[in-house]
Amino acid sequence: MSEMKWGWPVIGAALFLLSAFIPLIADGYWMSIAVTIAMYTALATSWALFSGPTHYISLASGAFFGIGGYLVATAMSDYDLSFWLMLVVAPLVSALVAALIGFATLRLSGVYFVIFTLGLAEMIRNLVSWVQNNFLGSRGLYVLTDFTEAHIYWMLLVVCLVIFVFGWWLSRSRLGFALKIIGNDEEVAKHVGINTALAKVLVFTTTGFFGALVGVIIAPRYSYIEPNQVFSPELSFMVVIMALLGGAHRLWGPLVGVIPFALVWETITIAFPNSTTFFLGLAFLFIVYFIPHGFAGLIEKHWLRLRS
Amino acid sequence: MIRRNVLKVLASTSIAAVTGLTMTFGAFAADTIKIGAVAPKTGPLAGGAVITQWPNVELWVKQVNARGGLKLKDGQKMIELIEYDDKTNPAEHIKAVQRLATQDKVDFIIAPYGTGFNVAAAPIYAKYGYPQIAVSAISDKIEELTERYPTLFFTLGTTTSFVEGVRDILVKMKDEGKIGNKIAMVNVADAFGIELADAARPIFKDAGFELVYDKSYPLGTPDLSPVMKGAKASNPDAFVAWSYPPDTFALAEQAIIENLDVKAYYSAVATCFPAFAGKFGSKINGVLGAGGVDPTTEKMMSYRAEHEKLTGKVPDYWASANTYVSLQILEQAIEGVGSTDKAAVTEFIKSNTFDTIMGDIKFENQFSNKFWTVGQWQDGVFKGVSSINVDGAVPVVEKSGWN
Repeated sequence: MSEMKWGWPVIGAALFLLSAFIPLIADGYWMSIAVTIAMYTALATSWALFSGPTHYISLASGAFFGIGGYLVATAMSDYDLSFWLMLVVAPLVSALVAALIGFATLRLSGVYFVIFTLGLAEMIRNLVSWVQNNFLGSRGLYVLTDFTEAHIYWMLLVVCLVIFVFGWWLSRSRLGFALKIIGNDEEVAKHVGINTALAKVLVFTTTGFFGALVGVIIAPRYSYIEPNQVFSPELSFMVVIMALLGGAHRLWGPLVGVIPFALVWETITIAFPNSTTFFLGLAFLFIVYFIPHGFAGLIEKHWLRLRS
Repeated sequence: MIRRNVLKVLASTSIAAVTGLTMTFGAFAADTIKIGAVAPKTGPLAGGAVITQWPNVELWVKQVNARGGLKLKDGQKMIELIEYDDKTNPAEHIKAVQRLATQDKVDFIIAPYGTGFNVAAAPIYAKYGYPQIAVSAISDKIEELTERYPTLFFTLGTTTSFVEGVRDILVKMKDEGKIGNKIAMVNVADAFGIELADAARPIFKDAGFELVYDKSYPLGTPDLSPVMKGAKASNPDAFVAWSYPPDTFALAEQAIIENLDVKAYYSAVATCFPAFAGKFGSKINGVLGAGGVDPTTEKMMSYRAEHEKLTGKVPDYWASANTYVSLQILEQAIEGVGSTDKAAVTEFIKSNTFDTIMGDIKFENQFSNKFWTVGQWQDGVFKGVSSINVDGAVPVVEKSGWN
């Protein structure tokens, strides 16, 4: 295995380079699918960095994504600030929010944490709407730029790369090791001297950072931001479903979940435009029944069998 | 294990087969003209779209096909409609429009439902050159948007004109001594509601009104009774709500319970829906709302009759007619050019006048400055009382109680 130590990063870099050329060959339709895949890859992978090792299921992706989309829209349409400035500011704000939430809630465990994060997107949406309504005012939140789908795709691809490099580093770091111990048994982790709260909050903060970063990048694609659309609870669920479909215990797990999911979703939408939800439910049943450990588990099993 | 693998192969081949099928479906049919439509069938905006958007699409396609199709230079062509549900999700909408343009290769696309969706889809329409006659889209950025997207047309008006329409009605009632100068104003704390309330504050003040109550409530609030109680306690002469469909209904319900005693009561979106009168009957007589029609013209009467006959649904008293008008414009432009040349059709829309159920429609800088702003329920019909350049407004009446 030692000769493979640098093998995976090299393969990853090659795949990344290849995917950067997709906009040169894909037409508008396939580009719109590619953007969707890149967006969910970034969100699901950064979700799995925290939720994978710790087993804390976070439904906060929609909240962070919303903070990004909402801040960039307010700044650009009501204050004439630049997109690039918000690309830096919004993720920092979101990371701060994530840290505050983390300190307040990561002492909660199991189902309490899930329920809290579920309500989070709704709470933040109401909070920002209230602030905007009572103090700031608005003339409609427009994000008008000259970005094409290709530009948005490339930006998302860079975000994916950063998340993968960070994840790769994390899995080799003391922090990553601490998270794994916390995931296995939090009491043990405390007894061996790990500051469990700090470790959890640190990594949860990065999820908040990347969530908002993706939200900012996607905002020009929507052009007109409505709070109830960017702070979408549906997005939080999609991220979790895709990450679990792929397998949250491997860095590349969410990626192999997002791609087939996006394609199957598309096929269902085309074939059954009037009963998408029904067939999506069927697809879920199929996934849970036949691939309970995600694609990553499936691939690993066959890989091991091949080698033996 | 083998059984599982077999099942997996079966599943993937059936998915491939389904994809293949849908792709070949679009391939033949050379003697038709392909029209695409993307709008919500599910999600938060579906409730509005299944009243205002989809029935008009159905009506128009049925009517055109019943008369043998669209007349082009190379013969008459039946419409083949390809429709997708955007699930009230902008990302799904973008994908669906791209699919129509590059996979289905449709000849024309019917503009989306909702301001956000029209703005989000505009770059795609512009890129492929499809004319986009937006109806359910109200904005104060029309000039900037039409300059940016040369294929985008607006027909339902600006945010400011809607607020000014309400102001004009209230000023008139004040000048006639029917109401005093105290307004209680509430708004839903979401995109459009915030925008309208923000525009209204200075406009009402400049017109000599005093805002004795100014509160917002979050989108999806189940209980609006505190809002209505507060409004009532402020003793207003007029009540104005910049509201969305669910809260328009909930506010009226609370106003009836609290017996809000105002001579002018206005709620914004969905007041014009037939279901509003269906739910409250004669109690909402005199309620003002966004929109309006002139139901007495011969063209409008025959449109409403046809709509009910062919789709089984009653059209609303506002954007339903505008939506049908946008399809009439598209139809006349395609027949005027006599081909599916998108650039020529767009140019035709920019430079011609169209004979529609709302009278003559003409675009200046891609904007049709002819629309209803305020209507009022009068004896079971929602009649237009204030408009920009549309004839047929009826005098506004005082609201007298909720019974």
